[in-house]
Amino acid sequence: MTWLRTIFREIYGLFVDDGTFALLILLWLAISVFLIPYLGWIPRWRGPLLFAGLATILIASAIRYARRTPR
Amino acid sequence: MNWAHIGPSALASFLASLVECVEALTVVLAVGSVRGWRSALIGSAAAVGVLLVLIAALGRALTRVPLQTLQLVVGALLLLFGLRWLRKAILRSAGQIPLHDEAAAFAKNAAALQSAPRAAAWDRVAFATAFQIVMLEGTEVVFIVVAIGAGGVGLMLPAVFGAIAALLAVIALGFALHRPLSNVPENTLKFVVGVLLSAFGTFWVGEGAGFLWPGADWSILGLILGYLIVALITVPLSRSTTNGLQPEAQTPKPVRP
Repeated sequence: MTWLRTIFREIYGLFVDDGTFALLILLWLAISVFLIPYLGWIPRWRGPLLFAGLATILIASAIRYARRTPR
Repeated sequence: MNWAHIGPSALASFLASLVECVEALTVVLAVGSVRGWRSALIGSAAAVGVLLVLIAALGRALTRVPLQTLQLVVGALLLLFGLRWLRKAILRSAGQIPLHDEAAAFAKNAAALQSAPRAAAWDRVAFATAFQIVMLEGTEVVFIVVAIGAGGVGLMLPAVFGAIAALLAVIALGFALHRPLSNVPENTLKFVVGVLLSAFGTFWVGEGAGFLWPGADWSILGLILGYLIVALITVPLSRSTTNGLQPEAQTPKPVRP
């Protein structure tokens, strides 16, 4: 079963190397897809809002990683 | 389907496959030059065969899934994959993570393979090493091609052509040079691919969720520009947050990026 575990680990590694980063992306996707449409905002803003949230997560995650790097 | 989709799809597939093929070539070259070419090439060919079966099976299965569901799921996976690449490329550009060094990876693999015991006719170590690396890097190529191709009708062909063109280019260069392609600007490629895949992922999640994009299909070019600007701004921000790694302090990365 070791080879099966290796395959799963490799596939998981394709998408996740920082658990918090991946979790925040999925959380924002869930909010954008399932919650925001029910708030009644202008439909044309949903796409740009999705992008803005993902961009913010990317910037915050990179800076967070840089802060953790020992000087 | 228009050029706003086809052009970036083929380009993303080509560049992403190029990066993965270069990494696989480094290890296959190390195996071939140290252990002999026969087992290395058979191992590589066997892995390519398994990957082709995987593409055929996945391609057939995906045609049965409704397009909107497919765009939502594939878009989410593409975002996880693309943003992960982009974040890593940003941190490498900012000096927070060491750059990938193909020459060092080649030397490390060659040294490891020399110490392994040899068999007379059939070299299992060479076969297994070549098979494993081609499967690992090839799985990423398969995912990228299938994910890009599944995003819309008529996108599979440009994605497949992009990947085949990258594979042929790397094989031709490998035959010509017989050494790892250490001059390929790998991090720049990963940076560009990360931007493209993140843009595709965002667009397809929106399409799958029924969003109305401003400018319809052309908004994908806006997303590419948006992610590029965000990434270029994040590099100096990450660099100024800490001192990061100085170039001379950077150590070569192990085989897998």
